Amino acid sequence: MKRSVFGRLWPNATAVVLFVGFVFPVYWMFATAFKPTGDIITEDPVWFPYHATVSHFDKAVHADHFWTLVANSVIVTVSSVLISLVIALFASFALARMRFKGRRGLIVTFMLAQMAPWEVMIIAIYMLVRDNDMLDSLVPLTAFYAMMVLPLTILTLRGYVSAVPKELEESAMVDGCTRLQAFIKVIFPLLAPGLMATSLFGFITAWNEFPLVLILNKDIEKQTLPLWISQFQTAFGDDWGATMAASSLFALPILILFIFLQRKAVSGLTDGAVKG
Amino acid sequence: MSVQTEGTDTAGEPAVRKSGPPAPPRGEARTAKTPAGRRAAAAPYLLLLPALAATVVLLGWPLVKNGILSFQNLNPRQLIQHLTEWNGVDNYKEILSGSDFWSVVGRSVVFTAVNVVLIMIGGTLIGLLLARLGKKMRLLLMVGLVLAWAMPVIAATTVYQWLFAQRFGVVNWVLDKLGWHSMADYNWFSSQFSTFFVVIVLIVWQSVPFVAINLYAATTTIPKELYEAAALDGAGAWKSFTSVTLPFLRPFLYATTFLEVIWVFKSFAQIFALNEGGPDHLTETLPIYAYVEGVGNQHFGVGAAISFLTILVLLAITSYYLRMVLKQEEDEL
Repeated sequence: MKRSVFGRLWPNATAVVLFVGFVFPVYWMFATAFKPTGDIITEDPVWFPYHATVSHFDKAVHADHFWTLVANSVIVTVSSVLISLVIALFASFALARMRFKGRRGLIVTFMLAQMAPWEVMIIAIYMLVRDNDMLDSLVPLTAFYAMMVLPLTILTLRGYVSAVPKELEESAMVDGCTRLQAFIKVIFPLLAPGLMATSLFGFITAWNEFPLVLILNKDIEKQTLPLWISQFQTAFGDDWGATMAASSLFALPILILFIFLQRKAVSGLTDGAVKG
Repeated sequence: MSVQTEGTDTAGEPAVRKSGPPAPPRGEARTAKTPAGRRAAAAPYLLLLPALAATVVLLGWPLVKNGILSFQNLNPRQLIQHLTEWNGVDNYKEILSGSDFWSVVGRSVVFTAVNVVLIMIGGTLIGLLLARLGKKMRLLLMVGLVLAWAMPVIAATTVYQWLFAQRFGVVNWVLDKLGWHSMADYNWFSSQFSTFFVVIVLIVWQSVPFVAINLYAATTTIPKELYEAAALDGAGAWKSFTSVTLPFLRPFLYATTFLEVIWVFKSFAQIFALNEGGPDHLTETLPIYAYVEGVGNQHFGVGAAISFLTILVLLAITSYYLRMVLKQEEDEL
């Protein structure tokens, strides 16, 4: 069975090579962050942080404004995700469970809104925000981030709401619940995994957003982490250890969230949004 | 939510009333006068109101504003003094008659095409590989894919700058060791081609996992009977792939390609944070070009016009699929 040995070998070998290729940049970020500078600036790379140190993390954490930026990022991300979840919950319930005039048009509108090229609209947004004297503020950032994730949230949640059997809701209503009570007591608990998956994408979008904060908030007290990371390298020159430590700190929450929620998130996205 | 008592609203058409059983509530003291039907008719609109308002204010308004700005002469002087100077279609004339814009359009289209082709082929092959692997190896590869996928764009960008750094970068070291000695101190961000190379590696590395994992998930939903039937008909591995797997995955592949086209076309952070569209503006794609012209050079009116044209280009590129989706939605709803 020569062919089958080969046939079993090559997929595994390819998988290992691919694994290394995909993981290496992530590994290298953490490895560099933990290496002393002497092991980073070497003619031959040191592949493993044998002399692990947290001095680079120390430097990153004690950089000016670091904690302000962390707080800003957390505030903007969490509030925009929550706002869009609440708004989307109402909308998706209507879209999934009710028949009314204009429903089709609305779904199409949200599908189009999902593709809005925000990166290209930043000039207009800048002018609007400036005209309303809201530059260097977290409020417009939060509002626009919420809007960026809203369409996808609505469309994904619509899928989750439709997946809850109508009979459950109806029997609750027969038992004397109002529609609202039926929703809170019956549908909402079943939606929990969907809500988590949906919020993951919102979280990633808002946590990562770069162009808008780049143009709107010049005051460092009102900036967020992505902007800081992208400038950290310029500010610290060739201090790759500190830059990688900063990137690691920035990436860690997302990596952790993602690993826990990935499976649900994937099926959520494919069921609800990517219709195929 | 609970406040839906626009009592005198006469627009409630019975035809659009929710078809479910009205189920008169017993415990609640509801005024019998309020027609339940009218409430039900208004309910969906009230539920959708916040989402619609947000869309109109935060998306519609900037779009309209963008259109208005593109017909204005808006430079630092006008900006600071809050002047509104209309200049008709001058901005568009200036952009469309120059050669810059068209070369950026061409570059954006090629950039998007190269990325999407690589992402779709790579993602599909890896997805099919996932389906073939044993449990342990599949989990291993999945972990690698998920890590790459989850890396925040800006963090990934700084890591790639470090990987491809001129001095002490791993990539140059490896190329040197492999015998390509001229790469030992190569500056990747010194030429258009090599900068694009790094950007493309970065984007493909980040985008392939989405395609691969979803494609793998889609293959698991293919009924086994189809393969059995194909085998009974004497189909080999290749034949059963083209006659069972591929047709089954086709809608998924269409949808994903479409999404990737949009995502890649719009990519901003990767290109901007890596090299700000340099060297010498040679890696500017449309979104970067609009930013550099509009904000960097403070020609806000011109920038807005470029933005508008960019949206048109994006619509043109995606129109085929868009039409398909809209049609499908209409049939379904």
